[in-house]
Amino acid sequence: MNNEIKLIFDAISENEAFARVAVAAFMTPVNPTLEEIADVKTAVSEAVTNAIVHGYGDGPGKVTMYCALRDKRLHIEIMDTGRGIEDVEQAMEPLFTTGPGPERSGMGFSFMEAFMDELRVESKPGRGTRVVMEKTIAELPCACGED
Amino acid sequence: MEGRFQMLENYLMIRMPEEIDHHQAASLSKDADRYILGEQVKHIVFDFEDTRFMDSSGVGVVVGRYKKIACFGGRVYAVHANRQIMRIIQVSGLKKILHIIDEEAEDE
Repeated sequence: MNNEIKLIFDAISENEAFARVAVAAFMTPVNPTLEEIADVKTAVSEAVTNAIVHGYGDGPGKVTMYCALRDKRLHIEIMDTGRGIEDVEQAMEPLFTTGPGPERSGMGFSFMEAFMDELRVESKPGRGTRVVMEKTIAELPCACGED
Repeated sequence: MEGRFQMLENYLMIRMPEEIDHHQAASLSKDADRYILGEQVKHIVFDFEDTRFMDSSGVGVVVGRYKKIACFGGRVYAVHANRQIMRIIQVSGLKKILHIIDEEAEDE
């Protein structure tokens, strides 16, 4: 199954749930397990939250989510044109956070890494950030309807 | 928000929402803190019975509340955590502070 979608939405926290639901719907044709769906939803939620909170600092902006399926390989990109990250390596360290406030756990990138097969972060200060994630959806030994 | 918080002796019981993300977390933490400051809260029980989704923002909610009560010997508990919530608890290292009461998610 090959397919791709691109969604552009406002950087507001209401759209975190929207992005999760969209990616879950997008991946259903390859019969993912509930766990795989939960993993991808979590990773997308983290990346979109980062774009809203850190990319745009809770200010106005647009987030782009690109998803592609090539057979069983799911490719996701979350992009913003916000303030970018000075030191990507440092930002990806577990528990590193620039805030705001004590409520950010600093685990966003760790979760993306844990729940996806591959994670790549490209960023330019002042230009924005692109998070690229990939995951292979395992073959299910179930009697799912063959066309 | 009515019914989300309940005091049982010095335990604050929090019925967690269906989805805990950054969008939900801020108001949840704020409301919980009102109880923590206003009532005689010693320990906190997070009830995940309704929760179908949680990301690292939920971890922030638990850790943030724990920090507020830990200096007075308070403990945090989780009940009714499903498999997804248990995975988040494990991957995040929350298990070090969060006492799991019934691990229905772990019966494989």
